[in-house]
Amino acid sequence: MAEARVLAPPLKEYPVIPILARDAMAGSKPYAASDKMNEALGFPGKLVEDWQARAISKMGELLGKYRSLRVFLDACVHCGACTDKCHYFLGTGDPKNMPVARQELLRKVYRRYFTLGGKLFPKLVGAEDLTEAVLEDWYKYFNQCSECRRCSVYCPYGIDTAEITMAAKEIMNSIGMGQKYTNEIIGKVHKIGNNLGLPPRALADTLETLEEEIKEQTGVDVRMPLDQKGAEVLLVTPSADFFAEPHVYSLIGYAKVFHAAGISWTLSSHASEAGNFGLFIGSYGQMKSISMRVREAALELGARRLVVGECGHAWRVAYSFWNTLIGPFDFLDPGYPAPQHICEMTHDLIRRGAIRLDREKNDHRVVTFHDSCNVARGAGMGGVPRGQFVIPRDIIRASCNHFHDMAPETIHESTFCCGGGGGLLSDEIIELRVKGALPRMEALKQVVDEHGVNFMATICAICKAQFTKVMPYYQFDMSMVGGVHQLVGDAIRLGEQH
Amino acid sequence: MLSALYACLFYAATAVLVAGVAWRIVEYARTPAPLKIPTTPAPMTRAGAAARVAREVVLFESLFRSNKWIWLFGWPFHAALALVLVRHLRYFTEPVWGWVAFAQPFGVYAGFALLAGLAGLWARRFVLERMRYISTWSDHLMLALLVGIGLSGLAMKYLAHTDIVALKAFMLGLMVFDWQPLPADPALLVHLTLVLALMAVFPASKLLHAPGVFFSPSRNQADDSRERRHLAAWARD
Repeated sequence: MAEARVLAPPLKEYPVIPILARDAMAGSKPYAASDKMNEALGFPGKLVEDWQARAISKMGELLGKYRSLRVFLDACVHCGACTDKCHYFLGTGDPKNMPVARQELLRKVYRRYFTLGGKLFPKLVGAEDLTEAVLEDWYKYFNQCSECRRCSVYCPYGIDTAEITMAAKEIMNSIGMGQKYTNEIIGKVHKIGNNLGLPPRALADTLETLEEEIKEQTGVDVRMPLDQKGAEVLLVTPSADFFAEPHVYSLIGYAKVFHAAGISWTLSSHASEAGNFGLFIGSYGQMKSISMRVREAALELGARRLVVGECGHAWRVAYSFWNTLIGPFDFLDPGYPAPQHICEMTHDLIRRGAIRLDREKNDHRVVTFHDSCNVARGAGMGGVPRGQFVIPRDIIRASCNHFHDMAPETIHESTFCCGGGGGLLSDEIIELRVKGALPRMEALKQVVDEHGVNFMATICAICKAQFTKVMPYYQFDMSMVGGVHQLVGDAIRLGEQH
Repeated sequence: MLSALYACLFYAATAVLVAGVAWRIVEYARTPAPLKIPTTPAPMTRAGAAARVAREVVLFESLFRSNKWIWLFGWPFHAALALVLVRHLRYFTEPVWGWVAFAQPFGVYAGFALLAGLAGLWARRFVLERMRYISTWSDHLMLALLVGIGLSGLAMKYLAHTDIVALKAFMLGLMVFDWQPLPADPALLVHLTLVLALMAVFPASKLLHAPGVFFSPSRNQADDSRERRHLAAWARD
């Protein structure tokens, strides 16, 4: 918690594995949730008396419910292949941010209480008691993991630190050690319907204002329907799209696409949030109950298609988990994937000639694309492997004349997390966020210098918020960040029917 | 007397190894994987996912992409280990199987490759700062154990020959509970003792990565969550 202004580390030409800076980030600690915030989610309000016993018991419970946890805690051989892969380690040099070391914070306790070696010869096998100091470290360092899964790409066994982090957060929540940012937001979804706490009336007003703006700008009556029964498509999008910048330009883009293609659509005030912070805290129950709003809204409104807007972790939950959590989707039109990403939809419309784009409208932009971690490593698109890399880029190329990818080892499944995902998008840990963005910033600088890139498109609301906040620390203009549908919205020909 | 002791140790170690690993495998198999979490991009069919696991096990695909040095030492070590184990089957079968006989000359080179790989992996744990940070006593001991087995094995080949005919009689006898006298050569006894230790610690050690890799959900799951509804037993309600 530095009082001094946080300075961004200098950008290097080539990525370099840092010299270990022990405890460099030992001061990074997100605010704790209040008693009420925790209790609203069914967790103890504050740290319980018998926290040690309860934590160990919870660990045992999770070991019986999640094969990933069991296998990942046993299979690590400490080969070190993951050590130079995490953006937080590369940006901070704190050795506990090396994926294997982060896992060890939990694994050493697992060994102590659940394995023969750990019970008999703890020092030999690196087993440790769950002490207050260890618990403190858990809180600090599992809140320095954005659950981006980059490490799992490179581990010989696919060990996914995100799964370990989620388990650690489940354990901490079960003993009353909740984090404010995630828990407060989940509370807002249950109480008001979305992460930002926008009540339906405010949402309706916002949409009306946007309709007016579009009319002023284009002369066309592009509608943004809310709670429209009988519309073909229910669009579920991150609530940030409703008023944050640059997110709102993507929302305008979606509306223009629906209009130009003649597709009837609606938003829902009940399901006004694509995001699902239940994922970040590793809670199956929270993920399910947050997702359930979408199913309820779809059934209530009689929608035939479910489309998800530009949100990274929401797409992971939607693509990979919705069928499990809130399926089956037998009430939707089987002719479309359920759910469908807005990029899949737009890509298909472009291919069929159902919407027309004028690339010259984006000639002032030299564009690159940032693959968001949850989309890249936790989801798919288009029904083919790697579709999630190809489809957004195809859309960009159809909307712009100038596109350049960043270095191959920093994109696609090797993409670097923006540094703000996984429930870490809060200001009290800005130092972590700035440093975590370093690898992506270095890759961006290279294409800025070499190709004059002045726009980085991305399809994740958290990436957009993180980059607009963090890029100025690196002397980049925050207006360089935007959405793919922002580009589409600027290039699309309106008044064109399919 | 010595033969009886080693016979009992062999039975005990085999029991621990087989029962221990079987128990772990049952545990992994019985623990549900409630969500679809393959590391994408991932194959979209189950056959594809099986092929992915096969590529990991046979070629160490992710490791190659991740760190060429570890792969350069780790893959030859594992390949050599496989060859060495194949070659050793000659001590447990009579007559010796054709392909085992064919593998004999390669087995010797494998012995050297085994040690070279282990040496490289062990050196990394000293030379690299981040490897020093994450290596535990058990990491070093495991490497010492394997190096010891390799060295004592090669010692018998090149420095102090053992009566392998008597050894084979001992082994064959073991399998029908009628063990013959064991040659009391130091290199052999070291070799056998270390192997017994390896067998005994296997189910409690990181060597569980061997069965574990087959159960890793980030590798063995197909990316078909929209096509197929995946639901764990505990999640049904």
